[in-house]
Amino acid sequence: MTDNGTHTDRKWWTPFNVIVGIILAAGAILTVMRFTQGIGAVTNLDNNNAWGLWIGFDLLCGVALAAGGYVTSAACYIFGLKRFHSAVRPAILTAFLGYALVVLALHYDVGRPWRLPYPIFVSQGTSSLLFEVGLCVFLYLTVLFIEFTPAAFEWLGLKKIRALVVKLTLILTIFGVVLSTLHQSSLGALFMIAPSKLHPLWYSGYLPVYFFISSMFAGMSMVIFESTLAHRYLSRHMDDTHHREAPGVALGFAKAAAFVMAGYLGIKLIGIAIDDHWRLLTTGWGMWYLVEVIGFVAFPALLFAMGVRERNLIFVRWAAAWTVLGIVLNRLNISVIAFNYHLPSHERYVPSLMEIGTSVFIVTLGIVIYRFITTRMPVLHEHPDYSAHSPEQKSI
Amino acid sequence: MNTLFFTLQDFMVHTKGITYLIMGGILVALPLFWWFLTDRDDENSF
Repeated sequence: MTDNGTHTDRKWWTPFNVIVGIILAAGAILTVMRFTQGIGAVTNLDNNNAWGLWIGFDLLCGVALAAGGYVTSAACYIFGLKRFHSAVRPAILTAFLGYALVVLALHYDVGRPWRLPYPIFVSQGTSSLLFEVGLCVFLYLTVLFIEFTPAAFEWLGLKKIRALVVKLTLILTIFGVVLSTLHQSSLGALFMIAPSKLHPLWYSGYLPVYFFISSMFAGMSMVIFESTLAHRYLSRHMDDTHHREAPGVALGFAKAAAFVMAGYLGIKLIGIAIDDHWRLLTTGWGMWYLVEVIGFVAFPALLFAMGVRERNLIFVRWAAAWTVLGIVLNRLNISVIAFNYHLPSHERYVPSLMEIGTSVFIVTLGIVIYRFITTRMPVLHEHPDYSAHSPEQKSI
Repeated sequence: MNTLFFTLQDFMVHTKGITYLIMGGILVALPLFWWFLTDRDDENSF
């Protein structure tokens, strides 16, 4: 780290800023179109396909890939693996931004943003899985916000309130794990309401288990992937501790991810056996299913394992990126590609360019906010007043 | 694999039987995979 998060000489007309500026401007136009002309003006959704890319990618993938927050904080504070400490703040920030953007994306799909508090405070549908997901996301977003505030308080110099929040770390971590267990699985359970619409290879009574277990290795892979990008583009904001601990974090998470993925493959196999869907594996859909399971779960699991054995970070980083892609593919398969598989091709849902543009806009917004925060607040480095060498003990 | 079942009992016996065999395989495979993952931990401590 060279500048401790401060900026002196800044160039605005960089390729990154220009591309981001164009995407944000296009996103602003799409936002105005969506909220003034209705959902039909910008999407290809219809009565057959009520959920599209914004749910399949922005929401389902966003929540799964934000699982790094609960995985990392649980590893560090519940299982006592302090060597993951330097990864906690970036993971919490990624999770917080991920969930915040999930809620933002939900507004585009649902519309009428002023009604957002209704399901929680006005009209609770307690028999609905969507209510549980909504409540959990609302609570977990609050937990993630509080978990991240020590970084902001250190930045602002608010020592007393920072000390108060740090005392809540363990209870917030436990609360976060409980809430994540609930809503990660419930997102899978949502699709159990549509046994006739989702292809039998993806439909299973174990969908909630699949979603929860896959969120674990999704989170770990995302932490490795994000760390790789941060080391490449934000390296000057990292301190020596972060640089020193990064390979251990990557290899530790790679080992855990490989083992969880092996278990996930096992229960996927059991899911096929218990429903007796073996014959479907030889169909076209079966081939696509095998591409997902072998190409994007078994292969990266083996790559993770080889990376761990050989201490090869290149293997680990490629496996992490491949796993993140696999999670995106899995969630899109369930919510879009293998959903309504029986419809004739002209009635199938294909996202419009404006839907894709809106998703790109939301992801870009997340990257910009992440960069804004990490270049200012002590996320990738320890604040000098709270570092391990300072008199005050650093807890989060 | 394309077996015809005439009763739910037949179906359950068949699928559960296969599932138990797979679970046995997993019980063997997962420790082996764990061994593959960790057998160099002594030389590569992290």
